Amino acid sequence: MKNLTEAKDLAATKNIAAAFNLVRNNFELDVDIEIPGCGVTALFGSSGSGKTTLLRCLAGLEKSTRGNLIIGDEVWQSDTDFMPPHKREIGYVFQDSNLFEHLNVNDNLRYGFNRIDKQQRRISIDQAVSLLGIESLLSAMPAQLSGGQKQRVAIARALLSSPNLLLMDEPLASLDLSSKAEILPYLDSINTALSIPMIYVSHSPDEVVRIADHMVLLEAGKVRAQGAVNELLTRTDLPLAHLNEASAVVSGKIKEHDQRYHLTYIHIADNDIATSIIGRDIGTEVRVRILARDVSIALQPESRSSISNVLPCTITELSATHDLAKVLVKLNLKNEQLLAHITAKSADTLGLKTGMSVYAQIKSVALMKS
Amino acid sequence: MPFDISTLDTQPIWLSLKLASITTFILLLLVIPLAWKLSHSSARWKSLITAFSTLPLILPPSVLGFYMLLMLGVNGPIGKLTQELGLGTLAFSFPGLVIASVIYSFPFALQPIQNAFDSINKKTLEAAATLRASPLDRFFSLVMPIAKPGIITAAVLSFAHTIGEFGVILMIGGNIPGETKVLSVAIYDHVESLEYAQAHILSGGMVIFAFVVLFLLYFLNTASHKNQKAAR
Repeated sequence: MKNLTEAKDLAATKNIAAAFNLVRNNFELDVDIEIPGCGVTALFGSSGSGKTTLLRCLAGLEKSTRGNLIIGDEVWQSDTDFMPPHKREIGYVFQDSNLFEHLNVNDNLRYGFNRIDKQQRRISIDQAVSLLGIESLLSAMPAQLSGGQKQRVAIARALLSSPNLLLMDEPLASLDLSSKAEILPYLDSINTALSIPMIYVSHSPDEVVRIADHMVLLEAGKVRAQGAVNELLTRTDLPLAHLNEASAVVSGKIKEHDQRYHLTYIHIADNDIATSIIGRDIGTEVRVRILARDVSIALQPESRSSISNVLPCTITELSATHDLAKVLVKLNLKNEQLLAHITAKSADTLGLKTGMSVYAQIKSVALMKS
Repeated sequence: MPFDISTLDTQPIWLSLKLASITTFILLLLVIPLAWKLSHSSARWKSLITAFSTLPLILPPSVLGFYMLLMLGVNGPIGKLTQELGLGTLAFSFPGLVIASVIYSFPFALQPIQNAFDSINKKTLEAAATLRASPLDRFFSLVMPIAKPGIITAAVLSFAHTIGEFGVILMIGGNIPGETKVLSVAIYDHVESLEYAQAHILSGGMVIFAFVVLFLLYFLNTASHKNQKAAR
């Protein structure tokens, strides 16, 4: 991973502008998106919304697509040009790993690696192998591997073609829970160690809040919304805020550890939020998820409560949910957005209105990534 | 009358082997690209070409030989062309036999290779494309190695089938020693002349050859299946 900073600078300038139109049977993909050239962008939507098709368009695997695709200053597709997939500097991880069954793991890894000029290789076989923890699998045939192992090999194989853009098509969808848990940390480490912009297809809100910085929300082949993850998670006009596991994700820095009570304080939007102790250094950037159902609202900073995280907020929106007993409250905490699911009765009793200053009591926060 | 084996004319054996080798070589060169093209063609085209090239499997060799004789003969379209090019006619010549054998054995080469190509997962090739492999690169680095058992089967079947060819050869090649008198024709000749000893040796040899070829084919196929299963 030499030229790490160089790669970062390069990546930061390579914004992706894509507009595609593809008609097939009774489905039409019609999108126009802008994706930042760094971090992780999730293509999110239910099955049949066109996420995978959009990803395949980006890779050049859908030949009958019309549209434009510009990566930084390179034109990959226009009305007159179509760059074939093998000329695009991408890595693609398929939902079902798609390893070459007749080659062992080592030869699978070398397939893309050997096709890259020596000067353009940004990652060595050893680095990819240790990054994905597949040292012991090198001589195995794909048929001997578990689903999680196959997917780790597939990710390493994609990384070894030194991509400038990593495309992942629900890499966890075909895996059981424990295999998912096995892969997620590797995805985090790719993101931090290699700083390759990643486009990640998913229909799981849990995965998206964990991994993505940016999000494109697809519905029936069209873009419903696109923007920063927390912006979309907390938009009350989008379905995400109305899910049972509706949440906000906020970033902050680790401020201090309290060894006596086994707590870590994270500094978020000028406030300190306590959480179970995290084994990370002070100053580390972390992201936490706050579920809407774990947030309650008080008019006064309640001193005699078991809840230790009480944050002063302003109500920016109140909206109904499909559960008539509940209302969704959107809160502004120094330009960070939070959500609270509370009962309609409490909202009336407290006389909640837009613009009111209140105190959000946060029962628990979950560490997402650091 | 005791038969001295050293007097057996071995020229037809060598001629048959030469014919079968050249035919197999040409067939592989023709069929591999054609089968690859067909595995990406529409169902209609594929059925049309496959049906046409499978005709020799159904037609009596005499029908095939008859039409080829007309085509290659003095007044046939190909015959006229070869004459204008100063090559004479191809009927009753070794090159004529090669052309006839290629057509006659065509389905035996096409089917196994076609099946092998059709069974290759399209996603495998897509993965290779995203790993910077050009279409030609994908063909040689993935398609050919994966289809290898099918290609070997095609080669063995074409070779064996050409060795065993008789009717078409008789029609188009006749019985010219060193030019068109191949093994099967030689056997016919011996029987006609009541030289049963010679006919026995050649025929017995053919039976053993055919059996060994088929045995090896099935044995290798079963073994490679077992290997694939063991890897699972």
